[in-house]
Amino acid sequence: MSHLPILPILIPLLTGALLLLLGARRRARQRQLGLAASLTQLLLAMLLVRVTADGTQLVYALGNWAPPFGIVLVLDRLAALMLLVTAVVALPALLYATAGADRRGRYFHALFQLQLLGVNGAFLTGDLFNLFVFFEILLIASYALLLHGRTSHRIRAAIPYLVLNLTGSALFLIGTGTLFGLSGTLNMADLAVFLSVAEGDTARLAAAAGMILLIVFSLKAALVPLHGWLPGSYGAAAAPVAALFAIMTKVGVYALLRLSMLLFGSEAGEVAQLLQPWLWPLALVTIAVGACGALAAPTLSVLVAWLVIVSVGTLVAGLAIGTPEATAATLYYLMHTTWVSAALFLLAGVIDQTRGGMPLNQPGPALRYPRLIGTLFFLGAIAVVGLPPLSGFIGKVLLMQATPPASAPWLWSLLLGSTLVLIVALSRAGSTLFWRPSLTAPVSATPLARRLTAVGLLLSVALALALGADPIYRTLAATASEIHTPALYSSAVLSVTPVAGGE
Amino acid sequence: MELLFAMSIGVLVATGVYLLLRAHTFPVMVGLTLLSYAVNLFLFGMGRLGGAAPIIGGAGPMTDPVPQALVLTAIVIGFAMTAFTAALALRGFGQLGHDRADDSDPWQRGSRRYVRQDTPATEGDDGGQP
Repeated sequence: MSHLPILPILIPLLTGALLLLLGARRRARQRQLGLAASLTQLLLAMLLVRVTADGTQLVYALGNWAPPFGIVLVLDRLAALMLLVTAVVALPALLYATAGADRRGRYFHALFQLQLLGVNGAFLTGDLFNLFVFFEILLIASYALLLHGRTSHRIRAAIPYLVLNLTGSALFLIGTGTLFGLSGTLNMADLAVFLSVAEGDTARLAAAAGMILLIVFSLKAALVPLHGWLPGSYGAAAAPVAALFAIMTKVGVYALLRLSMLLFGSEAGEVAQLLQPWLWPLALVTIAVGACGALAAPTLSVLVAWLVIVSVGTLVAGLAIGTPEATAATLYYLMHTTWVSAALFLLAGVIDQTRGGMPLNQPGPALRYPRLIGTLFFLGAIAVVGLPPLSGFIGKVLLMQATPPASAPWLWSLLLGSTLVLIVALSRAGSTLFWRPSLTAPVSATPLARRLTAVGLLLSVALALALGADPIYRTLAATASEIHTPALYSSAVLSVTPVAGGE
Repeated sequence: MELLFAMSIGVLVATGVYLLLRAHTFPVMVGLTLLSYAVNLFLFGMGRLGGAAPIIGGAGPMTDPVPQALVLTAIVIGFAMTAFTAALALRGFGQLGHDRADDSDPWQRGSRRYVRQDTPATEGDDGGQP
């Protein structure tokens, strides 16, 4: 049995523990260790994408308990892709933090690794209760990271975030418990098999459990009407933390994808396609509300937080269409939007270094390096709204092509309309930031080189995504067809046998 | 038995939700605790009520032991989260001077002119000395 699938969990876990042992004083060593671990995770994620590229599904039975009894980790194309997306965000965010933001809390680096542990685990696990545990790990790390710096507005933002997510966790347990009570299994592959033959009252109860899980994952993904926590908390978080949080809504989208394609997918008998009719209107409303929120955003980081909500709406619309082409387009858009919004969160942090958190409707001190920062902002903005020639444009075109004619009017008009609104919001923000400086000199002289490098790295990855769109899309199409054949996943998991003799 | 069990879960959930909606940190914390009790009872009930203890070699129908393991995990996580909530609530009360739990948006209060009262205007994300 290959031990590859557990490495993305073990590396951040051990690094996090080591960072705690190292103590808060040895900052330089902490930085080196954190960066080395994140780089290792990036290389590992690339390796895992290569390993799974031919359709191999690696199943890792923890403790050598054969499924469906033990906990399994499943590494398929989708999980490998999500690990790669995470690692690509994490490394620049950490690089940015080492430029100074990590000084404001003693355990920043340890918490950062534990957050990665939770995210990686959530992508890898093949067990519903284990998914809950990894959600809790990533959430408790995120509570502490959100408070990093401990300013009053972060504390104020953290309390509702905490309460909402704890309530969500309670619902998650109720949904999971109901499914377990019906089926006697928590293994997702086994559950998919169970749901495909469920009928009558069992199917109706399972549908109720599915809807409860839909609420939970919508809360994590920040779908309207459960989006209210996101702008306040992401807008208040320190820049590298907000950039890392860009992946967290995608954990919710990933869970929705598994729920709607694997458990309640096309092969699920009486409960097939349970969620799609609900996801579709929610997604459309999310796009509209997110665009309006972006117009009203008081600061650049809150504006980017609203952009994250718009992107979640776009992604879930892709899921709701439910064809392999739409799923492939969704995955492409997911890679793009995670990286670009993380870059914009970091850039908002750079700009805040000069402006000190002044709102967008007031002219602030002139920015340092206005040309460089302006170029980065311009690139990020046209990528995120989806103007040609960058990755957002390609993602939106792919998604619009994949929309069936019947639902096209709704999605096309909202997608294009929201693009226009976002152009207005971003160009208004940009013109205040770059063209309306007040006469005062720049207030701080913090070196920005490393922070700008981090932004540049993320944006150049997004640029590479646009340049390599064709081969990447072909890989994603293979991933999507694998997602749409849940029988592959189930048979790969359930055919695992215990290793004889203890390897 | 089932009826009593279901009713106690219902009462716990209702009380928990009521307290959550009070929107002050202490009632919210108690509400979350009650909610997690209800969830734990619910999970426990999913192993079926009324069976014998799940010990190998015992006679008769046994309850499912897996939900009991799940409840243990949920209790541990719930305990940690309650401790964290308490610490955060105390810190919030000390630093903000009030115990409102629904006060997340400093930008909505006041007029159109934005004034963030509580943070110095020049704070970057690494302010202060190294």
